[in-house]
Amino acid sequence: MTAREQILGDIRKALKGTAGQPALIEAASRSSSQQLPASLEQLPAPTLRIPRSDRNLYADLFGQKFENLGGKCFRVRNTSAVVPAIAELLTQKSAVASNSPFLRKCGITGLPQVHAGFTERDDLKEACASVDIGITSADYALAATGTLVMLSSPDEARLVSLLPPSHIAIFPRSHLLANLDELLSILPRPADQTSSMVLITGPSRTADIEQRLVRGVHGPGQIFAVIVDEE
Amino acid sequence: MNAPEAEIQQTISDPRLQLAIYTATGRVMDLRAKVVSDEALPDYQALREEANAIKKHTIENLDHYLEQLESNVVAHGGNVIYCRTGQEAADFVLDLAKKRGVHMLVKSKSMTSEEIHFNERLEEHQLEAVETDFGEYILQLAHQRPYHIVAPALHLTRFDVADIFTKELGIEREEVIENQTKIARGVLRRKFLEAGMGVSGANFLVADSGAVVIVENEGNARLSTSAPKIHIAIAGIEKVIPRAQDLAVFLNLLGRSATGQPLTVYTSFLSGPRRGAEIDGPDEFYLLLLDNGRTKLLADPDKRQSLYCIRCGACLNHCPVYRKIGGHNYPWVYSGPIGAIITPQFHGITGDAWLPFASSLCGACAEVCPVKIDIPKVLLKLRAEVVEVQRREDSGGWERFAFQLFAWIATHPRIYLSLATLGSIFFPLVPHLGPLKKWASQRSVPEPAKQSFHQWWASRKPTS
Repeated sequence: MTAREQILGDIRKALKGTAGQPALIEAASRSSSQQLPASLEQLPAPTLRIPRSDRNLYADLFGQKFENLGGKCFRVRNTSAVVPAIAELLTQKSAVASNSPFLRKCGITGLPQVHAGFTERDDLKEACASVDIGITSADYALAATGTLVMLSSPDEARLVSLLPPSHIAIFPRSHLLANLDELLSILPRPADQTSSMVLITGPSRTADIEQRLVRGVHGPGQIFAVIVDEE
Repeated sequence: MNAPEAEIQQTISDPRLQLAIYTATGRVMDLRAKVVSDEALPDYQALREEANAIKKHTIENLDHYLEQLESNVVAHGGNVIYCRTGQEAADFVLDLAKKRGVHMLVKSKSMTSEEIHFNERLEEHQLEAVETDFGEYILQLAHQRPYHIVAPALHLTRFDVADIFTKELGIEREEVIENQTKIARGVLRRKFLEAGMGVSGANFLVADSGAVVIVENEGNARLSTSAPKIHIAIAGIEKVIPRAQDLAVFLNLLGRSATGQPLTVYTSFLSGPRRGAEIDGPDEFYLLLLDNGRTKLLADPDKRQSLYCIRCGACLNHCPVYRKIGGHNYPWVYSGPIGAIITPQFHGITGDAWLPFASSLCGACAEVCPVKIDIPKVLLKLRAEVVEVQRREDSGGWERFAFQLFAWIATHPRIYLSLATLGSIFFPLVPHLGPLKKWASQRSVPEPAKQSFHQWWASRKPTS
């Protein structure tokens, strides 16, 4: 007997008759999983709690939550105001930018200190491990918790927001959502879109020793968000 | 086995350790209380109800959801390996490492891997497994097991860490926590970039997505799962939840209950290896589904709820016993109230028969459990089982004899009366006798009545 057969068999044996489970589902007779056993219908539909508030307030709320966590949030009117807003952060620093078209639109990729256009993993890894700042966009941002939502794609690699000591996320205001529940209502199955969805809520931190909060233990210790009002 | 009394005594009489446990757990209790308050989270109780209902449903249909999970992982290009034991899990990893020529792997924090002594098993075969969570890294250097499910190095001070780093890394003594963190970051950064494999645990397995969900604050889980070319996730079979949308319930509870965070810093939702033109991420993904005794907990409808646990650690923080005796006096990696109910079920009721009794049944654990596990009820059930086994083995003979003797005395009035008279004379001595002396030193012993009911009745004069 394989481990799979044994474990599933043990589960069925243990649950039989005690779990409202007609235990029914012998592997052989289960030709189509579309035919759900009655007990599965007892699971109520998921409850998503999405506050109905003015979307115009999301940017302020996001900024407030993001800064409470130790981040710094900038708001700019349009894409051409992005570079001036973060010029100071980039002074004397090196950076890697993701392939997000929005960053190109904001003029980030053209900056002399910004390395961009990576398509090979090893090159990207090496670059991210040596620069000061990683610059990305964000697919969504959650106002209630000050959270950035990053979906991995050819435009957004995972390591840009992870390896450098600082992370700057630049995204249009329209990407703001109320909360996690709204995100899950828009992406009921994130795996359909991407192999990796990461929620970032504040700078990397640890409090493992004497509950002393230390930032930047493995991921970025400094995070910045730039919200662009007009795309 | 009996309770490790000498070790427990040592913990209780160590003021520094007592302070460390009390401060750390007390702090998280406060943080949690703030974020689950009526103002902060009006739906908290409703969320607990929903979480409990989802877990109950999933565990009762575990076979279905595991198969659904499996087919979705495979659909996304991942592999699922069922493992009956820790040995099977370790053997799979060793075999894969050999095939791929991997000599070192990075690990993010996983209680499941602690449970099966994963690192030790690999190291026997010269496969280096490096813990990357800051606390776990320190513990690995010091060869200790986690003190707490969520805060593994809760018992260590900066000075302990300085000792460990000096001894194990051969570096100059460093007592500043920020600098200690930098040292670990430096050492581990190189490991992340060199490792051929990353091994993680899983907080949730999402059946409808074939996904692994990992929450953390440091970023080491993100690094372990995205820098190396192979990602292996090890998870107990009970970690499965039906739908990605159920995360709205669980993520809203887990961080708040564990550390008082509405969301932890990073939540990774990972399904399979990198796809298409994605630039980074693993080329291969393996999900190891571990039984290791879990199926033994399924048969009993009451005890089955032990498998609902999402490992937030809230029951530890609120437990008057854990807060006194700490984590290392529990016999297994799972400590506190949840450890007290799952350890005897995994290892056999007689193995650690004292555990279900190491509780005042105050119920604090059940009150704070985000998935509403009725821990006191399970404790009572396990106590009954222990007594039943002991009765069968007749090791409870003395107790039975005492009750039989009492029954005989109580049904023989003359003997009862004379013993009762003797008793009332000698009762005041009780607090000064042998084992009772200790007991009475913390309590006021009631004084016997001057006159017994029988004496009073006999002396009563008819009123009419």
